[in-house]
Amino acid sequence: MPARVRPTSPHATIYRWQIGNTLSILHRITGAGLAVGLVALNYWLVCLADGADAYASALRFFKGPAGLALMLGWTFAFMYHLLNGVRHLFWDAGRGFERTQRRVSGWAAVLGAAALTVGIAAWVWPRL
Amino acid sequence: MAEFFLPANSKVRRDGRLYKAPSGSTNVRVFKIYRFDPDAKENPRFDTYELDMDHCGPMVLDALIKIKNEIDSTLTFRRSCREGICGSCAMNIDGKNALACISACADVKHDITIYPLPHLPVIKDLVPDLTNFYAQYASIKPWLQTRTPPPPDTERLQSKEDQEKVDRPSACILCACCSTSCPSYWWNSDRYLGPAALLAAYRWIVDSRDEAAGERLDNLEDPFRLYRCHTIMNCTEACPKDLNPAKAIAEIKQMMVLRRH
Repeated sequence: MPARVRPTSPHATIYRWQIGNTLSILHRITGAGLAVGLVALNYWLVCLADGADAYASALRFFKGPAGLALMLGWTFAFMYHLLNGVRHLFWDAGRGFERTQRRVSGWAAVLGAAALTVGIAAWVWPRL
Repeated sequence: MAEFFLPANSKVRRDGRLYKAPSGSTNVRVFKIYRFDPDAKENPRFDTYELDMDHCGPMVLDALIKIKNEIDSTLTFRRSCREGICGSCAMNIDGKNALACISACADVKHDITIYPLPHLPVIKDLVPDLTNFYAQYASIKPWLQTRTPPPPDTERLQSKEDQEKVDRPSACILCACCSTSCPSYWWNSDRYLGPAALLAAYRWIVDSRDEAAGERLDNLEDPFRLYRCHTIMNCTEACPKDLNPAKAIAEIKQMMVLRRH
């Protein structure tokens, strides 16, 4: 028996951020963010069903600065979660496990999501 | 339930000791090393050692041995082969699990921080308790299991192609770099087997001479033992033998699906 309870060695706070673990936690964060986004989508749908006045107030929120910032965030979250989900699909099929493949597909997911977000924002912005 | 934060007895104090380099040293590197003394009634601490690299070998293990021999004989760590084949000196160097003997000090550009392997009970300094890790390895029955009698005049032979399937996974030295780099293993090491044990399981499942693949898969068919792998890939990034436990686990998951058809 040890003389006292053994301490646990440090873990999450000291481990180096690499592309693998960073993108993995980003996948979870964007997933959680999208779950919150479903609440906003529901709010929009309920307002839509509730009549013109309610819908106008919903639009005021979504077209306001906070609403636009959230929509931008959800767009990136959706695109990243989608593209990274494709990486997971390949991994489940036993492919894409080599070092170069992991790095290239990881950067493709991040940069692809960023490009799609910018593209969608650029398309939506003049039409607001 | 996963514990995301260190318990009170494990928080690392920052008021450790400083061992200065001898005056006149021109090539000084700073080593910050996790220390825990089981006989003192204190939390773990960080000690800082300044080394004159002009009189020290190139590897992190050389630096640790120099500290133990010349500066502070109380520093405790495991080491044996000093050439990356025994797996004893696995530790967390500059935030990444590695073998100290094949990690060059020159590859770290700033102060060199050394912790024991993450999320394990610490026995002393850089020596963690690996009892659970070895028990998990034993649980996958890492030996050849057969039902058929061996051929009378020869060994159980294997084609070159079949040998190649087990060649790489057999190179695992059980250093625990992979398992203790895995966040899933940190939170669920009581039930999740971890990459090292699963790579070992894979090595026997794909062995053409082994006749217990079905039972081996049955044993892994469990929400935790196998399926806590979320392809974070810290294991494969950390492996000092350049093996790919993440891929082996994915292939086991595939076999689980394929055998139902």
